Amino acid sequence: MKFAYYPGCSLHATGLEFDQSTRAVFHALGVQLDELDDWNCCGASSGHSLDALAAVALPARNIALAQEMNLDVLAPCAACFNRLKVAEHAIKTDPAQRNKIEDAVGFAYAGTTQIRNPIDVIVNEIGLPQVRAMVKRPLDDLRAVSYYGCLLVRPPEIVQFDDPEHPRLMDQLLAALGATPVDWAYATVCCGGSLSLTRAKIVNKLVDDIAAHAREVGAQTIVTACPLCQINLEMRQTSAAKMPIVYFTELMGLAFGLQASARWWSKHLVDPRAVVSKYATA
Amino acid sequence: MSVLVSLDPSLRDSVNLQSHQNISRCYDCDKCTAGCPVAYAMEYGPHRILQMVRFGMKETALASRDIWLCAGCETCGTRCPNDVDIAHVMDALRQMAVREDIRNPANDIANFHRVYVMLIKLFGRMHEASLMGALKLLTRDFVSDMDAGVKLVAKGKIPILPERIKGAGEVRRVLKGP
Ligand code: SF4
Ligand code: SF4
Repeated sequence: MKFAYYPGCSLHATGLEFDQSTRAVFHALGVQLDELDDWNCCGASSGHSLDALAAVALPARNIALAQEMNLDVLAPCAACFNRLKVAEHAIKTDPAQRNKIEDAVGFAYAGTTQIRNPIDVIVNEIGLPQVRAMVKRPLDDLRAVSYYGCLLVRPPEIVQFDDPEHPRLMDQLLAALGATPVDWAYATVCCGGSLSLTRAKIVNKLVDDIAAHAREVGAQTIVTACPLCQINLEMRQTSAAKMPIVYFTELMGLAFGLQASARWWSKHLVDPRAVVSKYATA
Repeated sequence: MSVLVSLDPSLRDSVNLQSHQNISRCYDCDKCTAGCPVAYAMEYGPHRILQMVRFGMKETALASRDIWLCAGCETCGTRCPNDVDIAHVMDALRQMAVREDIRNPANDIANFHRVYVMLIKLFGRMHEASLMGALKLLTRDFVSDMDAGVKLVAKGKIPILPERIKGAGEVRRVLKGP
């Protein structure tokens, strides 16, 4: 199995440990990731706030690059994944938009390149039995809540990921690692990530509510699949005792006994080692 | 009491066109506002903004901070019983407000997006250090988040130099719009 890997800007910066753990885990699973050559920013929330064409044409340029490589795209960042799916949806469903996008990017969409998210590939393609077989150090007694956030699951008809109100894929994955996924009410409640740098006070409340509820259900960590959620949840908690926020790929690497996982924890603003160190293989 | 609002009867149609929605389907159940995470900080909330668009209250809608406070979380559109994707309507309103240079108390957020897009134009990719720097200059707030910023740089998570792509020219062509 081989993918055109689209890290997006966050994974080359604040989401560094998401990039490293995704590459390590897919390598361990025998999947080849070839970074999309010369990829560009998907525009994120700023692109679609200001410019209707850029909102879809920026991500579409990356689809065009992957199409040239004749590969499906693997997009770990939930925001990039969302923008790529929105662009794909516009191309597939709206001929007028398709023309504009193809014109702006300078390509002809062939429909041969799928947009995939790692969680979907791991659970639905590679399969949980293989994940279970890879686990060397089960995450016994680790109580974790899956935080899907917004962009991975919504709008459901565009991203086609999982049930938008009660997604289960990440919980199934955590269970396969030996952890205990805990039910909670905030799995898909917005953390306000797109306002993190401009309206910190509004975001503080959203993030504190999420962390408080995680604590209430007895979770030791919040598991995320989005670099924007991850840094927002770390940075905008205001309580003294902060909830650690880890990527699902980091927990996979930990459970797989990958030595590299030791290097990921120190990258966090909220150090998760009190929770994860006991699973480290010496 | 007389209320003076100039109405723009074409607003609904132009927003429908730009957002690829049919907002006339809205039957005012208010579910969108009930589930909106940011409604607590908004002036009107998504449902009333949508009503304003239907009634042609262009000035009020475009001057409200709500259009910039919307986090684009898509909770409203996912739950709307009439399939109105209000996040897309919010986008259309923002694009309209920028095109027409409307004064809005939350225009600092619009400026944040402008800087973001300008950096993509320059490099083809985002460069956090430039973004943070520009944001500090724009807001003249040099204190907030310095602590986290310094930590992130120390952890190697905010590269000092931007990544540039070969296809930056293609990206600029895509972005020639706004
Ligand atoms: S949820 Fe839909 S139908 Fe209900 S008020 Fe909002 S836009 Fe209108
Ligand atoms: S997309 Fe915007 S208006 Fe809709 S629920 Fe989210 S923040 Fe509120």
